[in-house]
Amino acid sequence: MTIKIFDAWQGLPLDGILEQCQILVEDTDYNAVKRWREDGGKIVGHFQVYFPEEIVHAAGMLPFKVRGASVDATHSDSRFGSYLCSILKTSLELAMSDRLELEMFVSHPICDAARNLAAIWGRNFDYPCQILYLPQNANSSHSINYLKDEYDRLKKEIETIAGKKITDDDLRASLAVFNENRKLLRELYAIKRDSPWKITATEAYILMAIGGMIPREEHNELLSHTIPLIKSRDVKSQDKMRIVIEGGFCEQPPLDFLRTVDRYCYVVDDDLLIGLRWILEDISLDGDPMFNLAEAYLEKSSYSPVQHDLRKPKEKMLVDRIKKSKAEAAIVTAAKMCEPGLEDQVTYTIALEEENIPFFIGEFEENMTSFDHTEIQLETFVENLLFD
Amino acid sequence: MTTAPESIVGRGNRDGAALFRQWFEKITQTAEKEQNAAYVFVMGSISEILRTFDFTMVFPEINSLQTAIRRVSDEYLDEAEDQGYSPDICGYVKADVAVQLRGGEHPMGRIPKPTIGVLTNACNTYIKWAEIWERMYQTPIFTIDVPGSREAGSLNPQNESNYKNDLRYVEIQLQELISKCEEITGIKFDPDRLREVLGYSNDMSRGWKKVLELNSNRPSLFNALTDGTVYLGVANCFRGTEIGSKFFSDLVEEMEYKAAQGIGTLTDEKYRLGFVGVPCYPIFRHFNEFFTDWGGTFVNSTYLWFASGGTNHGFEYDLTNPIESLAEGILLNVRGAMDSMFYHENALIDMIDNQFVDGMVFHPIKSCRTVSTGLADSRRSLMTKRDIPSLFIESDMMDKRVVSEAQLKNRIDAFFEGLAVRKQRESITA
Repeated sequence: MTIKIFDAWQGLPLDGILEQCQILVEDTDYNAVKRWREDGGKIVGHFQVYFPEEIVHAAGMLPFKVRGASVDATHSDSRFGSYLCSILKTSLELAMSDRLELEMFVSHPICDAARNLAAIWGRNFDYPCQILYLPQNANSSHSINYLKDEYDRLKKEIETIAGKKITDDDLRASLAVFNENRKLLRELYAIKRDSPWKITATEAYILMAIGGMIPREEHNELLSHTIPLIKSRDVKSQDKMRIVIEGGFCEQPPLDFLRTVDRYCYVVDDDLLIGLRWILEDISLDGDPMFNLAEAYLEKSSYSPVQHDLRKPKEKMLVDRIKKSKAEAAIVTAAKMCEPGLEDQVTYTIALEEENIPFFIGEFEENMTSFDHTEIQLETFVENLLFD
Repeated sequence: MTTAPESIVGRGNRDGAALFRQWFEKITQTAEKEQNAAYVFVMGSISEILRTFDFTMVFPEINSLQTAIRRVSDEYLDEAEDQGYSPDICGYVKADVAVQLRGGEHPMGRIPKPTIGVLTNACNTYIKWAEIWERMYQTPIFTIDVPGSREAGSLNPQNESNYKNDLRYVEIQLQELISKCEEITGIKFDPDRLREVLGYSNDMSRGWKKVLELNSNRPSLFNALTDGTVYLGVANCFRGTEIGSKFFSDLVEEMEYKAAQGIGTLTDEKYRLGFVGVPCYPIFRHFNEFFTDWGGTFVNSTYLWFASGGTNHGFEYDLTNPIESLAEGILLNVRGAMDSMFYHENALIDMIDNQFVDGMVFHPIKSCRTVSTGLADSRRSLMTKRDIPSLFIESDMMDKRVVSEAQLKNRIDAFFEGLAVRKQRESITA
């Protein structure tokens, strides 16, 4: 692929760049992705939370993070019953309304609802729709080897679609691109943590989310250019509370939800789109690249309600996240009808109470349009703490 | 000596009910004597290994549904919701949380605390549920991860490398579970005891498959929604036991006798129905009567497939190679259970064709997204492949707040009126 699918930001000052990025993130027609396709590119859509995008990238295809959208489920609603989270319906809607054309769709057994998605998608589209069985026993001595085999299986499927073999060197080159991307995202989050007045949660989110929509090389170029501009931004620190947002690992809160939080707090860390930041360290380019990719998923990774790992009790991980980011409080939220998120709210709140960390419990939906209630609750929460 | 006919008919229900009471007495004794209890789930209980270590098997799903059948689930749900559990999560989980908070108090007896929790990934909520025990009691939790079908119709042929990789993964996890059980109980693993348990499991799987097949008879021999649930209870709670083996041998005898005598579950079977989903336990009998009042009976149900952990396929273990064969059985059974929920389209077509189904009832529920998420779409897809009336009704397996009897009855009545018109039209054109 030789063309750039997102270059509208180039030559603009920081505010202009962020504006162009927001337009891209909010574009539910995915015009940038269409440009990729118009240039002959193929696309693999992968549902939340984590996906080894490097394998798709190494085949010269675009890995697209399917994470729902702010659209009406006009076509897809009839494919689902009640009592389900919104992201399932809007994700399928993107495909059924032809906003998103794919060569392959992959979902994961992250939750009871999402594990149905590949079957539903497959009954509605002719292209391959599969489940990637990421290991749900993270503590078996054989889990890494199993996952390597599962990645090899996926690689064969992708090679068939791409019409080319993926060599170890192709994979190493992709690992290097994604290592660079994760390093840049860590830098972005370091700014949030160390000088949160320089970038709002909304802006950081937009800059990060783009990564799931465009080639990573382009995302790397954007972040490399933008991060120094953010660091040199002339913004004064305000007397805002430092908080962590927990609960955005799958369905994403709308930008206006984040803007509401931004008005009252500095978000110094979060789990928004955690799949893009799942791997915490560089993956080694030495040795077997597929094994290294599998090992990193289990051994060098973050946490979320959809992975059970005896070494990573989630409440301990959240408390660590809060302490490491020097946050004063937490917003423990969950998408409506998100079973793992709602279940972990109880676990989190017990731990936070034990640690004497103030927290605010809430729910959101990607398509929510009224934030008055959230704002009042948040304002009250912050004021209570400030004047306590 | 031959068994008198009057004692054969209905024996499965009578014995099943008695065994169920016996099972609750056993777990009550385990609680009182503080003996080892393994918390397990119906979709892959791994009873075969746990029984060799003398664990009392406790099925929290069954404990929870019993609160609904006994019409007290709302009290338990309220108690868990007071602790912060959302109204929008699985009702089974919440009822169990309340049972634990009450020190094991349950309408059928007393539930022991878990010594170990063993689960598969057939339902993700199993994992979240076990995390609660982990935090309440610091209970060791062991997940047997069973990779399922990657896409429709992809039950990997057994000579493919993917299948071998999956099998190896399951086998190693079983060996790790054995080590964990040895560590917890201080009992050394006994392969001969495992062979004995596997033998009984083979009898039960063979019997279960046969019983389900025998319901192709006209009239149908048992109601999959009501009688079937009793048999299912025995299939789960007594898996790998001599008692379970005898129950299914007797049950096959009963069904064969009824088939030979033309004894059906209804005196006048008018409509043969298939059921897709989970029963409505808060109004269990009444829900069924909405259908039987019209002469409808359920001849089969996906519930009897997935909630038996896929043992409906009749897989039998190779006793000469117990661990590897157990791994294969678990892989195929649990995968089969998952396919019954996510990729059941061809199985439903087989049910329609082979069991002469007149109508299909889809019953998604609020509590269980594993089973329910795809039902609207699979119904739509099935309708494109078979010209068969179907009904789509939503309620819950635990929560009476989302069970609207009047609405259900209206929809069911309209469904039967449609079926009646269709039958009439067919008889005219025949």
